[in-house]
Amino acid sequence: MGRRGKRRGDGMTARGLFEWVGAKGRAFVVAAPLAWLTLFFLLPFVVLAKISLSESAIARPPYLPIWEWAEGVLNVSLNFGNYLFLAEDPLYLMAYLGSLKIAAAATVITLLIGYPMAYVIARAPQHRRNILLMLVVLPFWTSFLLRVYAWIGILKGNGVINNVLMSMGVINEPLVLLQTDFAVYLGIVYSYLPFMILPLYATLVKLDEALLEASADLGARPFVTFLTVTLPLSVPGIIAGSLLVFIPAVGEFVIPALLGGPDTLMIGSVLWNEFFSNRDWPVASAVAIVMLVVLVMPIAILQRTQSGKEEAN
Amino acid sequence: MTEATSARALKPWEDPNAKPFLQIRNVTKKFGAFTAVNDVSLDIYQGELFCLLGGSGCGKSTLLRMLAGFEMPTSGQILIDGEDMSGVPPHKRDTNMMFQSYALFPHMSVEKNIAYGLKRDGVPRAEIATRVTEMLSLVQLDGLAARKPHQLSGGQRQRVALARSLIKRPKLLMLDEPLGALDKKLREETQRELIKIQETLGVTFVVVTHDQEEAMTLSSRLGVMTAGQIVQIGTPHDVYEYPNTRFVADFIGSVNIFEGKIAEDADDHVVIRSGDTASDILVSHGISGVKGQSVAVALRPEKIAIERTLPESLPNRLAATVDDVSYMGNLSVFHVTLPTGKQVKVSQTNRRRSADDAIRAGEAVQIGWDGAASVVVTA
Repeated sequence: MGRRGKRRGDGMTARGLFEWVGAKGRAFVVAAPLAWLTLFFLLPFVVLAKISLSESAIARPPYLPIWEWAEGVLNVSLNFGNYLFLAEDPLYLMAYLGSLKIAAAATVITLLIGYPMAYVIARAPQHRRNILLMLVVLPFWTSFLLRVYAWIGILKGNGVINNVLMSMGVINEPLVLLQTDFAVYLGIVYSYLPFMILPLYATLVKLDEALLEASADLGARPFVTFLTVTLPLSVPGIIAGSLLVFIPAVGEFVIPALLGGPDTLMIGSVLWNEFFSNRDWPVASAVAIVMLVVLVMPIAILQRTQSGKEEAN
Repeated sequence: MTEATSARALKPWEDPNAKPFLQIRNVTKKFGAFTAVNDVSLDIYQGELFCLLGGSGCGKSTLLRMLAGFEMPTSGQILIDGEDMSGVPPHKRDTNMMFQSYALFPHMSVEKNIAYGLKRDGVPRAEIATRVTEMLSLVQLDGLAARKPHQLSGGQRQRVALARSLIKRPKLLMLDEPLGALDKKLREETQRELIKIQETLGVTFVVVTHDQEEAMTLSSRLGVMTAGQIVQIGTPHDVYEYPNTRFVADFIGSVNIFEGKIAEDADDHVVIRSGDTASDILVSHGISGVKGQSVAVALRPEKIAIERTLPESLPNRLAATVDDVSYMGNLSVFHVTLPTGKQVKVSQTNRRRSADDAIRAGEAVQIGWDGAASVVVTA
């Protein structure tokens, strides 16, 4: 014990300090993102959870505190009524289901469009690959909001599509494209396509060409090779891309608000209404918390399976 | 040895009536301006184990990939069992390939990897199971059927790759550097096994390798490739003892080259006047050349005798000084310098254990060889 203490004593030279930082370096590296997450995710979440358990009031802020200190007595009143309210009113359930349905369908469509694109990019010659990837990322240089607005101009009654079709004589009356579910799907697929393509590309580009040749050599037609080799080996990319599209699509507010019609029921719009139109912060918070839980569950399950797989490897 | 019993003792390439199994006719492959394979013609017979030997970038792998159908020849023709392979995609060829990287499917078990080819052909499940079991025992992997490739050692992966490429009983099996990823000891073992398997199944093997020792051990015949062309085809013995160019002599084994001119050209012998040795070298075989033509005498280190004094009966004798001696256990390698400054490598089997009177560095010695020991190369 004494010797160790002594060693520590003369360790306070420059070298000792260096070693100390070296040993703690790991902790520093982990601490930065941890602090970030605590500050910008965990704390807001706790605040939100707290509001969701309070009672709404016409006040500023528009809810009552959940604890009160009066005459040496701490009164804590947790109001679960907001959550019960969500369960009672079918509007919320419908909105959740609507969001999940639209997000899921949009994810599948994005996958169907994005997979061939990622495949072609991954199989393109090196110099062309970078150009194609640039093109995929290029739309990000324009504001997301502007791009969604642009779709209004394309889809509206006297918009680009209808004008072209009418001038060609294909249709006599303008098609109703805007403010439909179709427009919402279109907006989501268009906006989130790069998030599908990039992880898929990353998986496909790593795929060893020799595996495809081996499959062909053993008698598999190109399509069979795709089904038995390429597709199974790109599952990690499919999962990553699908999550990157599905999760933000569930909570999407801008696209249904701008492109969707009155029938398009998505939880993002409901949330917005509760916060800003109804000024019912507690209910809005409850809506947000439930949405978070709905979204976190599948991610947690996925994480488990992924880490399980990595251990197997 | 194996020669007496094996199919390759039959030497079909010497039989004018034998029909080659694989015919490569004037095949050229260009990638843009680069010619990877340049007008190669080659016949390989049923049951042969043929090695394509060459350095990296010599075109041997491209030639193999054309046999498998991954590349199509720019010009020329490939016939397998008399059938023209032009335009036939890999999945429609009765050939299989063992890849250098093994290319095992990482998401499939050993069993599924091996069964893959049969499954594609729609072979009934029960038959697949029996054949996979057979294959597993042929390559000595019994009990590892359920493992995934990443759970196997390098040697085991090599066996899975071999089993997978053999299970369809291909007419022709191509092996791209089959033993390249194995360590030396395992490689020697596997070489013997590969020959055994090849003889058991009677499949024609075409092996690509850059390792001349491997080519010598494995092949019934080998073709030495450089710059997209095959420079010599022959049995390991022929290629080693009678190299036709300086390149082949130097590429296979080690060799001493003495440059010179033909001084005397008779039917049964030639004399080469060499500046490297400052003497005439007697070669007791006739060559097709003219007097005064520049040639080279190729002489293997193990064919040179080294003594303090050599008997005068040896036609070629030279004085030399020993620079250094490397003791390798089974043999000793001497680097000696001739009075002309030419360095010569001599190796000698260590037949005796006692080393009291062994030749040491710095000694003046004589080196010499028989007229039949050397070979004249004109190119």
